[in-house]
Amino acid sequence: MMRFILPFVIFLVLSVFLYKGLGRDTREVPSPLVGKPAPAFMLPQLHDATRQFAPKEMLGKVWLLNVWASWCGACKDEHPILMELSHQNIVPIVGLDYKDKRLDGEATLNNAGDPYNLVIADLDGKVGFDYGVYGVPETYVIDKKGIIKFKLIGPVTPQNLRETILPMVAELEKQ
Amino acid sequence: MIPELGHFSLIVALFLATTLGVLPILGAARNNSVLMGVARPLAYGQMLLIGVAFATLANAFLSNDFSVLYVAQHSNSQLPGQYRFAAIWGGHEGSLLLWAFFLSVWTAAVAAFSKHLPEEMVARVLGVMGMISVGFLLFMLFTSSPFERLLPAAADGRDLNPLLQDPGLVIHPPMLYMGYVGFSVAFAFAISALLGGKLDATWARWSRPWTTVAWVFMTIGIALGSGWAYYELGWGGWWFWDPVENASFMPWLLGTALIHSLAVTEKRGAFKSWTVLLAIAAFSLSLLGTFLVRSGVLTSVHSFASDPKRGIFILSFLVLVIGASLLLFAWRAPKVGLGGKFDMVSRESLLLSNNVLLSVASASVFIGTLYPLFMDALGYGKLSVGAPYFEAVFVPLMVPMVFLMGLGPLARWKKMSVPDLARRVRWAFGSALVLAVLLPLLMGKFLSLESNKWSPMIVLGLLMAFWVIATLVVSLRQRWAGQGRFMQRVRAQSLSYYGMQVAHLGVALFIIGVTLVKGYETERDLRMNVGDTVVAGGYEFRFNGVTESQGPNYVAGVGHVSVSRDGHLVTELEPEKRQYNVSGMPLTEAAITTGVFRDLYVSLGEPIPEAEGAWAVRVYIKPFIDWIWAGCLLMGLGGILAVSDRRYRIHKKAVTLQGAAA
Repeated sequence: MMRFILPFVIFLVLSVFLYKGLGRDTREVPSPLVGKPAPAFMLPQLHDATRQFAPKEMLGKVWLLNVWASWCGACKDEHPILMELSHQNIVPIVGLDYKDKRLDGEATLNNAGDPYNLVIADLDGKVGFDYGVYGVPETYVIDKKGIIKFKLIGPVTPQNLRETILPMVAELEKQ
Repeated sequence: MIPELGHFSLIVALFLATTLGVLPILGAARNNSVLMGVARPLAYGQMLLIGVAFATLANAFLSNDFSVLYVAQHSNSQLPGQYRFAAIWGGHEGSLLLWAFFLSVWTAAVAAFSKHLPEEMVARVLGVMGMISVGFLLFMLFTSSPFERLLPAAADGRDLNPLLQDPGLVIHPPMLYMGYVGFSVAFAFAISALLGGKLDATWARWSRPWTTVAWVFMTIGIALGSGWAYYELGWGGWWFWDPVENASFMPWLLGTALIHSLAVTEKRGAFKSWTVLLAIAAFSLSLLGTFLVRSGVLTSVHSFASDPKRGIFILSFLVLVIGASLLLFAWRAPKVGLGGKFDMVSRESLLLSNNVLLSVASASVFIGTLYPLFMDALGYGKLSVGAPYFEAVFVPLMVPMVFLMGLGPLARWKKMSVPDLARRVRWAFGSALVLAVLLPLLMGKFLSLESNKWSPMIVLGLLMAFWVIATLVVSLRQRWAGQGRFMQRVRAQSLSYYGMQVAHLGVALFIIGVTLVKGYETERDLRMNVGDTVVAGGYEFRFNGVTESQGPNYVAGVGHVSVSRDGHLVTELEPEKRQYNVSGMPLTEAAITTGVFRDLYVSLGEPIPEAEGAWAVRVYIKPFIDWIWAGCLLMGLGGILAVSDRRYRIHKKAVTLQGAAA
C-alpha cells in the first residue's frame, strides 16, 4: 500500500521547495546591507587591469554602484537610461562587471556606449557575493560616508529613477 | 472595443470550462446521460470562445493597436507582419492564451474523435480537461490578461525581442505547446480510468494514438528550438541545458517512456499502474515546466521579469492538480491487478528497463535543473549546475538504453531465451563494432582534418548508432523472410511496426550527429583584418570586410566571407550583426551553408576598436550536425506512421459495428 502513496509524498516535499523558491524570488526583501557601510574591496578596472579601484576613493561623494554583465538581457533595457543619466552628469556611476569575461564586457561597452565613470571587473563574482548580488542588474545608492542607502534589484527604469533614485541622491547631496 | 470582446469571451469560456469540469464527471458518477451529454457541446463552445479571444489578440497585433498593453510591450509598427503575428506568443500573457487555446483544441478533438468510446469515459476525459482549462483561464483572467489596456495608448510599441524575430519562433512555440498540452489527453484518460475504477487495457488503447501525436509535436518542437538556438545565438551550439530547454526535455523523456509503456499495457495488460503514473507524471512535468519558465523561480539568463503573485498561483494550481491526481492514484492503484506475467528476459522486461532508464534520465535532468533551488533553500548558497553535470549523468544512462533499444524489437513477448537472442544479434553486434572501430580511422581524411582523431567516446557513439541500425536490419530480415512474394511480406507488416523502426533509425542518426559533431568539429575564434584568410577543415575562409545594410526594422553590418576549397570558390557567406532600431539591441545572425556531411558556419563577433575594418570572427566547421535534426524529424515521422496504422481506422469501424450489434 505504501508504495502507491510514495509519489504523492515526494511531490509534497518538492512543493515545499518550490514554495520556498518562490519566497526567495520576492524582490521586496530589504537588503541587510542597507544602512551599513559598503563592503570594502580592491579590484582592477575593466578597461585597464593595472589600475585598481576601492570604494573608499569615492568618500565624500554620493555615487551609484551599478552591477551589470554582458550576458545580462535586462541590463540592455536599462543601458539607454544609464547613458542618459551619465550625460546629465548628476551623479557618478561606477559599473561592476559581474561574472563576465573581460573581452565581452569591454566589447559591450565599446559597442553600445559606456555610461560609467569607471568600470571595475568582478570577473569571478567575489565582490558581488559580498554585496549580496541577487540578480543582475542591481543598483546601489551609496552616500558620502560610504553607507549603502538603497538597493534596487532589477533594471533602472525612467520611473524608479525619477521617483526613487534621483530624489534620494538629491537628498543625500544636501547632507 | 474589440480587445474587450476578447476578454469577455475568455470570461464566458471560463464559465463553460467550469461547467465542463463539473457536470459530465458528476453525470458519469450517477450514470446520468443528460449530464454526460453536455460534455461535447461544451468542449466545442469552449474552443470557439477561446478561438475568438485568440483572433482578437491577433487582430490587435496585426492592426498595431498600441492601446493594448501587451501589444505595446511586444510589438512595433516597424515589425514585419509575420513577426507581428508570432509576437502573440512572444510574451507571458500571449503564451498562456496560446496554451489555453491549444488545450481547447485538443479537448474539442477528443470530443470529435471519440464516437466509439463509452459515454462515461468521454464524459470523464472531457471533464478532466475542462478542469485543467479552468485553472489556466483563471490564471489568465486574474494575473495575466493579454487584453489589459494602456491608456492613453502608446505612440508605438516597445518591439518584440529581436532574438525572437525569426521564422523559427513562428513555429517553434506552437509546436512545443501542442506537445505539452497534448499530454493532457493522456493524463485525462489516466485520471478518468482511475475515477471509473476500470484500469484495464482499453484505456491504454484509447489514449495511445493521442499520446503519440502529442509526442510527435513535442519532438519536432524541441528539434526546432534546438535548430533555432544553433543559428540564432551565434555560438554554434545546439543544446545548452538551459532551464527553459530542460523544461521541455523532461516531459519529452517521460512521454517517450509513456508511449512504450502504453504499448505493453495495451498488448499484454502489464505495468498498468506504472503506465497511469507515467501519464500523470508526464503531464505534471509539462505543468511544472510552465511553472519554472513563468514564475521566475529559476532565474535564468533569459528572463528577469517575474511576478511572485503569478508564481503563487501556478504553484497552487500545480499542487492541486498533481497532488489530487497522485492521491487518486494512491487510492485506486492498489486495486489494479498485476496483469500478464513475463520472464526476466522478454520484450516486457526490456521495455520495463527502457522505462526505468528514461525515467531516471528525466529525474536526473530534473535534479540538475532544480539543484540551485534546493541548495539555496537548504542554505548552501547559490550554485549552478552546467552542461558537464548533465553530460556526465546522461551518457551512462543512454548507453544501456540504446543497447536495449536494439534488442527490444527482436525479443518476444513473455519469454525469450537468452542464447537464442544472442545468436540472432551476434552478427549485428560484430559488424557494428568493426565499423565503429574502423570508421574513425578514415574520418580525419574524409573531413580534411589536420590529424586523424580516434577516441573511445567516438567509437562508443558510433557503436551505439550502428548497433541500432544493424539490429533494425536483422528485425526487417526476420519479418520479410518466409513464404510468399517478397513485396507481399513487406506490405504485410503493420505501419506501426515501420513507424517504430523509422523512429529508432532517427535515434541512430541523432547519435551519429551528436558523436561526430562533438568529435570532429573545428572552431576558430579569431580577429580578422580585411583580406585575412584562415584555413579550417580543408576550406579557406577569406574575410572581405563588413558593409552596412538596412533591414525592415534594423541596421545590419553584413560581413563578407568567401569560402574556397582547393582554389575554387565554394560559397559566399554573409553573417550579420544587427542593431534593432527600437530596442537598440544587437543581434548576431550567423551565416551557415548546410550540407549532408558538414555545415560551414561563420558569425561576427565585435568590431575591433583599434584596427580599422577588423572584426572578431567565429569560423566553425560542424560535421554531420544536421543529422541531429534529421534524426529528430525521423522520430517524428515514425510517430506519424505509427498513428496512421490501419488498426486505428479499422478499429473505429469494428467498434461501430459492435455498438450496432449491442
